[in-house]
Amino acid sequence: MEILVCAKRVPDTSENEIELNGDGDIDRDELVYSVNEADNYAVEEALEIVERTGGTVTVVTVGGDEDEEILRREMAMGARQAVLLSDDAFNGSDGRGIAAILAAFVKKGHYELILTGVQADDGAGQVGGMLAAMLDCPFASLVTSIEVLGGGKLKISREIEGGNKEINEIDLPCVLSIQTGINEPRYVGMRGIRQVASVPIPTLGKADLGVNGYAGEAAARVKRMDYFVPPAGKGAEMLTGSQDEVIAKLIDLLKAKGGLQ
Amino acid sequence: MPRIFAYIVHKAGVADDSAAELLAAAAKIDAAQSPTAVVTGHGADLDAVCQSLCASFREVWRIGNESLAYPNAELVRKALAAVVPAGSILLVPHAHFGTDLSPGLSIKLNAAYVPDVLDIESAGGGALKMVRQEFGGQVSAHVRCDISSGAVINIRPGAFKPAASPPAGGQVIDQSARVGVLTCGRRYLQTVAAETGDVDIKKYPALVSIGRGIQEQDNVSIAQELADAMGAAVSCSRPVVDAKWMEKSRQVGSSGQTVKPKVYMACGISGSFQHLAGIQGSPFIVAINKNPKAPIFRVADVGIVADLLEFLPELTSKIRGK
Ligand SMILES: Cc1cc2nc3c(=O)[nH]c(=O)nc-3n(C[C@H](O)[C@H](O)[C@H](O)COP(=O)(O)OP(=O)(O)OC[C@H]3O[C@@H](n4cnc5c(N)ncnc54)[C@H](O)[C@@H]3O)c2cc1C
Ligand SMILES: Nc1ncnc2c1ncn2[C@@H]1O[C@H](COP(=O)(O)O)[C@@H](O)[C@H]1O
Repeated sequence: MEILVCAKRVPDTSENEIELNGDGDIDRDELVYSVNEADNYAVEEALEIVERTGGTVTVVTVGGDEDEEILRREMAMGARQAVLLSDDAFNGSDGRGIAAILAAFVKKGHYELILTGVQADDGAGQVGGMLAAMLDCPFASLVTSIEVLGGGKLKISREIEGGNKEINEIDLPCVLSIQTGINEPRYVGMRGIRQVASVPIPTLGKADLGVNGYAGEAAARVKRMDYFVPPAGKGAEMLTGSQDEVIAKLIDLLKAKGGLQ
Repeated sequence: MPRIFAYIVHKAGVADDSAAELLAAAAKIDAAQSPTAVVTGHGADLDAVCQSLCASFREVWRIGNESLAYPNAELVRKALAAVVPAGSILLVPHAHFGTDLSPGLSIKLNAAYVPDVLDIESAGGGALKMVRQEFGGQVSAHVRCDISSGAVINIRPGAFKPAASPPAGGQVIDQSARVGVLTCGRRYLQTVAAETGDVDIKKYPALVSIGRGIQEQDNVSIAQELADAMGAAVSCSRPVVDAKWMEKSRQVGSSGQTVKPKVYMACGISGSFQHLAGIQGSPFIVAINKNPKAPIFRVADVGIVADLLEFLPELTSKIRGK
């Protein structure tokens, strides 16, 4: 099966405290970036499907030169190919614009299965569902397992509320958004990254893809105006002092609130 | 202002609490307008929901179809695309079903899409100004949405406070005939209930809950020792389960367990809304986090800025010493 995985480079929230600068934007100078967590699970899932049933894995991202690093990382994991979709005309696209760029790329290939992450850390959990609608193929979100049934079908499980799971059958070609925890992504060492350091990564732009009018800033219907620090709400009472003092206060509170049996 | 519709999620003939929240959100867009409820389903359950909604909506659009008896988002999307007029604003609760339904629906309706909206600050000039959160709630953002071609807007559960409103005395309008035969490439087979684990975290009066801040599997024992000293159980956030450090049955949140302890100690948990959704009954929340700006401090009763790997063992030994 030919599988396409859409991946995005995002500031890694487990590595960073997100700080704002004076202009209502995120201070990006010291941010550590990495591949979006759910997308890494999606690549691992694609690799495992191909190991079981044959095929190839291609990873694609819409972005700029700086985003190549995540494509190389996913190639080091085992993806056969990676493609960068990049053009000044793509700047300022909203989720619909990104989905339209990806849809134009998908239509140039023969992918049977397209995987995205459930949600990007800075995103909205929208690109996968929009992409499927543009391609007129079935979609399922929050996927937590995939079994290839043959006959052009998959059996999938989806996460629903309360930790329950929903089992579905879905026809290929389809788009699935992959939830974190679906597998155990393999480790990528520096050596693996070095091995793919000079593999060329093709870059395709607007003219190569024939993207429709949804891409780019002028077509965006949804725009972020600024970032701001959310109101403090009621706010916690902060316990301060030496560690011994803090612990003594905490133990008193735990006793009073029924936390110590 | 365009016409506003509210998509009603329901189960066993009863509308979800989100219905009233969608009404509150609609009032922030256009207080002069009475929004229209849209309900999909089948049979007696559907009729019961539609009837009950007449108390709060002036118009209730009923879309009945045998294939909609189970809410398969692929089919519901097709039904709504056939019925909701172009250019409308459709409000949907941002829970598991809404995230499955809405992105694709916005494309089929040629409408804009904004997910997980916490507030609507202004409406006018063909646009809405709304508030969202990014990076797990670490920062908020104002978002401007052009609604000149309509919009699908997913509303964060719990963000809009329902207001008491006079009885609407609404009527049910059947739109089923506009839908036709519904088919799709994704078929629902069955629901599998959540696994129960060795420890039932719902039964404990106090929980020591660990998040990504616990850093590695070997450190889980630090939390277990504290829990043992307190007579509590260890629960956790999703990344701990994703990493296979604890069983799924220990996960608190919208895709895990809902717990109602007296005391909840969030250790190395940032405080995402999906996690907080699993904490009910207003327990006394203690947050221990090394980042003084972590969102968990906005909801906790008591906060301690500390490295949990140092702090928890000290706390354990002091509790044991008492
Ligand atoms: C559809 C969907 C459903 C979801 N369902 C759930 C759910 O049911 N439950 C759930 O929990 N999440 C759920 N999530 C994930 C959720 O969005 C967050 O990603 C998750 O809750 C973050 O977990 P965390 O707080 O442990 O990790 P992070 O957000 O990474 O926070 C880690 C925290 O630890 C602190 N820290 C790090 N090291 C230390 C240290 N040494 N000492 C003290 N503090 C430290 C950091 O400052 C940070 O605040 C869901 C997501 C989606 C998209
Ligand atoms: N710029 C992008 N390039 C490639 N894939 C993307 C991009 N943005 C989002 N995606 C995919 O869509 C998923 C959901 O992103 P979002 O809708 O932005 O939350 C991500 O997990 C990726 O798989």
